[in-house]
Amino acid sequence: MDFKLSAQQELMQQLMRSFAETEVKPLAAEIDETEQYPRATVNKMAKNGMLGINIPAEYGGAGADSLSYVIAIEELAKVCATTAIIMSAHTSLACGPLLAFGTEEQKQKYLVPLAKGEKIGAFGLTEPNAGTDSAAQQTTAVLEGDHFVLNGSKCFITNGGQADVYIIFAMTDKSKGNRGISAFIVEKDFPGFSIGKIEHKLGIRASATTELIFEDCIVPKENLLGEMNKGFKIAMHTLDGGRVGVAAQALGIAEGAFNETIKYMKERAQFGKPLAQFQGLQWMVADMKCDIESAKLLLYRAAMAKDSGKPFSMDAAMAKLRCAETAMSVTTKCVQLHGGYGYSREYPLERMMRDAKITEIYEGTSQVQKMVISGQIFK
Amino acid sequence: MKIIVCIKQVPDTTEVKLDPKTGRLIRDGVPSIINPDDKNALEEALRIRDEHEGTTVTVVSMGPPQADVAMREALAMGADEAILISGREFGGSDTWATSYIIATALKKIGDFDIILCGRQAIDGDTAQVGPQIAEQLGIPQITYVQKLTIDGNKVICERALEDGYTVVEANMPVLLTAIKELNTPRYMTPKGIYDAYKQTVRVWGFKDVPVDEAKIGLKGSPTNVNKTFSPAPKGQGEILEGADKNTVKTLVDKLVEKHLL
Repeated sequence: MDFKLSAQQELMQQLMRSFAETEVKPLAAEIDETEQYPRATVNKMAKNGMLGINIPAEYGGAGADSLSYVIAIEELAKVCATTAIIMSAHTSLACGPLLAFGTEEQKQKYLVPLAKGEKIGAFGLTEPNAGTDSAAQQTTAVLEGDHFVLNGSKCFITNGGQADVYIIFAMTDKSKGNRGISAFIVEKDFPGFSIGKIEHKLGIRASATTELIFEDCIVPKENLLGEMNKGFKIAMHTLDGGRVGVAAQALGIAEGAFNETIKYMKERAQFGKPLAQFQGLQWMVADMKCDIESAKLLLYRAAMAKDSGKPFSMDAAMAKLRCAETAMSVTTKCVQLHGGYGYSREYPLERMMRDAKITEIYEGTSQVQKMVISGQIFK
Repeated sequence: MKIIVCIKQVPDTTEVKLDPKTGRLIRDGVPSIINPDDKNALEEALRIRDEHEGTTVTVVSMGPPQADVAMREALAMGADEAILISGREFGGSDTWATSYIIATALKKIGDFDIILCGRQAIDGDTAQVGPQIAEQLGIPQITYVQKLTIDGNKVICERALEDGYTVVEANMPVLLTAIKELNTPRYMTPKGIYDAYKQTVRVWGFKDVPVDEAKIGLKGSPTNVNKTFSPAPKGQGEILEGADKNTVKTLVDKLVEKHLL
C-alpha cells in the first residue's frame, strides 16, 4: 500500500492550488455576499480544461484519474465551496452519467462540449416530495411518437438556470416505482422547459440553486439516457460518483478552515502568549487534524475504488459521511478558536461553517449514507 | 521558428534561508518550482508559437534528476519538447561553467532563432547565465525584456530601465531575458499534465554534451565561494524630530559626517 500521490496528482494539486489561490479565493467572500454566480471563474476553469478532469480525452476531457479530480475539488473548496460544487455538479452529475450510460451519439453531442467546458451541466432528480425517497417522483414522461412529453418540477437543482444541459429523471411507468423511472437529456432551450424559483441559502450562496419546471416539455426520443425504466440505476450510480465529489468539497472546506485557524493561532495572543501555546487549544487542533486525515484516507480510497471499475457505493458513502461530518465539526471548532472574529464576516470562518452544513444534506443526507453503508453490510 | 527556453528549478521561497553553520541553502521541506522569471520566458515563447504557425518551443534545463518535474510542468504548460542536462560531472559549476555547458548543448540542438531565459533565478540571483550563454554562442542579447514583437527575422524589444525603457532591435538568432512585466504565465492544464507524462524528457549526460572536462564542475569554475552568511540585521536608524533650525543643522552635520553630503 502506497500513500504517496503520483507525480501527475502532485502537479494537479500544485495547479489547482495556485488557480484557487489566485483566481478563486479573492472572490469567495464577495460572491457569498452577493449570491452572484461566478461566471467569469467558471469561464476560466473552462478555458484551462478543468471542467472534464476525469473524462477521457477522446470525449474532450483531461483523461485524468478520479483521485486527480478529487484533489481538484478539494483545492477549490479550501478557498471557496461554491466554486467547488459548481465543478462537482457539472462533472460528476452531468458528465458522469453521459459517460457511463450515453450512446456514442449522445456522448459526441453532449459530453464533448460539457467536458471541454463549452457548456455547463446539471442534474435533476430531487422534487418537493421526492428528496431522499426518490421513488416518489411526480414528474412524468410520456412517449408520443418521436418524442417524450415531460410534466412536473424539480427543486434544489445545482447549476439551475446557469447550465445548458440537464440530466432529468421522470416517471415513465408510475405503477413500477423505482423501476418506472427513466433519465433524459434536456437542453435549456427545449420547449416547455423553464427555470422556476431561485433558492436563497445558508451557504454555497453563489452556486445557482433553482427549481426546474416542465410544462409539456418536448424531449426528442433519442435523448432518453440509458434504457427505458432503468433511470433509477443511473441516478444511484451517478450519485455514487457525486458523493465522492461532495466528500472532496467537504474535506476541502475542513482543510481550508483548519489552515486559516493554524495561521490565526500563531498570530493571536491572549494572556501574553499566542493561542498556539495553550494546551487546551492544542488538543482541539490535534483532534481536528486526526479527523481531517482519516476522512481524507476514506475519500482517496473511494476515488481509487471508483477507478477500479468495481462497485464503490459503500466506499463513496463512507467517504461522504465522514468528510461531511468532519467539515461540520472542524468548521464549528475553527469558528470557536477564532472567538468573536470567527463569528464576524471579517474572517472567512463563518462562511466556511455555513458552507459545511450542506455537505451533510445534499447528494444523500448523512442518514442516507448510513442506510447505504448498513445496507451493504447486511445485504 | 525554433525557440529554446532555458529554465531552472529553484526552491519555492523568496526568503532563502542559509544554514548558519555550513552556509548552504536550507532546502528541506521547501518545494521546488520553475523559477518565476523563467516562467515568463516560457509564456512568451508559447505566445509566439500560438501566433506564428510552425514554431516549436524546446525547454532546456540543467539540474539534478529531480528537475524532471519542472520539465513536466513546462510540457504541461504547452512546451513541445524538453531536454534535461544532468550529470554528476556538471555539479558544482558556477555561472561561467554552467553557461558553457548550456551553450554547448544549445549548439548541439542547433538552428535556433530565439533563446529565451528568465532575468535571474530567485536562489542565486546572479542574472549572469542568460547573458553568458549569448556570449558563448556569439549572438546578440537583449536583457530585461518587458515587451517583445517579432518582425520578420528581427525582434523588437522594450528593454526595461529603472525609470523607463529603450526600444532595441536585433536580428535572429538572439538571446532575450524576460522580466515579470513581460506577461502573465498561463496555467498548466489537467490534460497537459497527463500528456506531459506520456512524453519523453530527453536527459543529456556528460557524454551527450561535447564539453571540455577541464571547464566544467567545481574544478572548472573560476568562481570559488569562500563563505556564505546572512547579514546581521541593522539596528534602527536615528530619527530626529522637530522643524527648527537646530534640528536641521544636526541633520546636515550628521549627513556630512557620513559623507552623504
